[in-house]
Amino acid sequence: MILLALAFYLFAFVAVASGVMVISSRNPVHSVLFLILAFFNGAGLFVLMGAEFLAMILVLVYVGAVAVLFLFVVMMLDINYVEMRKGFLQYLPVGGLIGLILLVELTFVAGAWVAAPAAVASIPIAPPEQVHNTRALGNVIYTDYIYLFQAAGLVLLVAMVGAIVLTLRQREGVRRQSIAGQIGRKRADSIELKDVPRGSGV
Amino acid sequence: MFEIGLAHYLTVAAVLFTLGIFGIFLNRRNVIIILMAIELMLLAVNINLVAFSTHLQDLVGQVFAMFVLTVAAAEAAIGLAILVVYFRNRGSIAVEDINMMKG
Repeated sequence: MILLALAFYLFAFVAVASGVMVISSRNPVHSVLFLILAFFNGAGLFVLMGAEFLAMILVLVYVGAVAVLFLFVVMMLDINYVEMRKGFLQYLPVGGLIGLILLVELTFVAGAWVAAPAAVASIPIAPPEQVHNTRALGNVIYTDYIYLFQAAGLVLLVAMVGAIVLTLRQREGVRRQSIAGQIGRKRADSIELKDVPRGSGV
Repeated sequence: MFEIGLAHYLTVAAVLFTLGIFGIFLNRRNVIIILMAIELMLLAVNINLVAFSTHLQDLVGQVFAMFVLTVAAAEAAIGLAILVVYFRNRGSIAVEDINMMKG
């Protein structure tokens, strides 16, 4: 029990600290790396809560894909990040005020929360000794939530197509290999045989 | 203190969400950091969903968290693609420059 509590405090503290570093670090590359750390610790919290599958998905999707995408864009764009930080302190008071208000409100909500008495779990979680988390999620996703699952796949497909359509560009003046042209060449188009009379030169 | 319950997780999620909001205010010029702050807020939302799922012993929360994850990944991809296109057109990603819809 005490080990669980220590693990929780470790994960929570590192997640919050790296969250602070994400928004306050000078170098965006450091921000991305701290974002990765925050997501790792979020995955640790998920494991503590018994959602192992989501924890692994979080590591895969965020650390493997999204964070690398961020890193790629940060390094690809040639931007003066020092100039971008102008006005950092200017927005500090109003941002801090709004953040504080929001935090207090959220704490009030969390403190005064009660479950509706009539609410019952629509899909109860079986004890982990019987069905482990991945199998339980699969049982739900592929039966009750199959349409939503397919819709999620569709969302990803549209996002992929959209990203490609947005970033693909046809450049002018670039010499490319034309495979159709290469294959479509005839012998007659490219080779010319000449009968040269002996001793006269071409 | 050593009994970790729902309130602990909700507090962590609330702090992370607030950090996300704070980050948006703090980095008003840098769209990349704003996108990262949004990712942080989505992580907080996911922690909330999973915490309630565990507390209420209901699997639907985890299913929903998975869908949130999907949409967040799609959002990051599209957002960064828009960012790259915008940078190609304008040579800058400052937020205050993004007030001109016609290139």
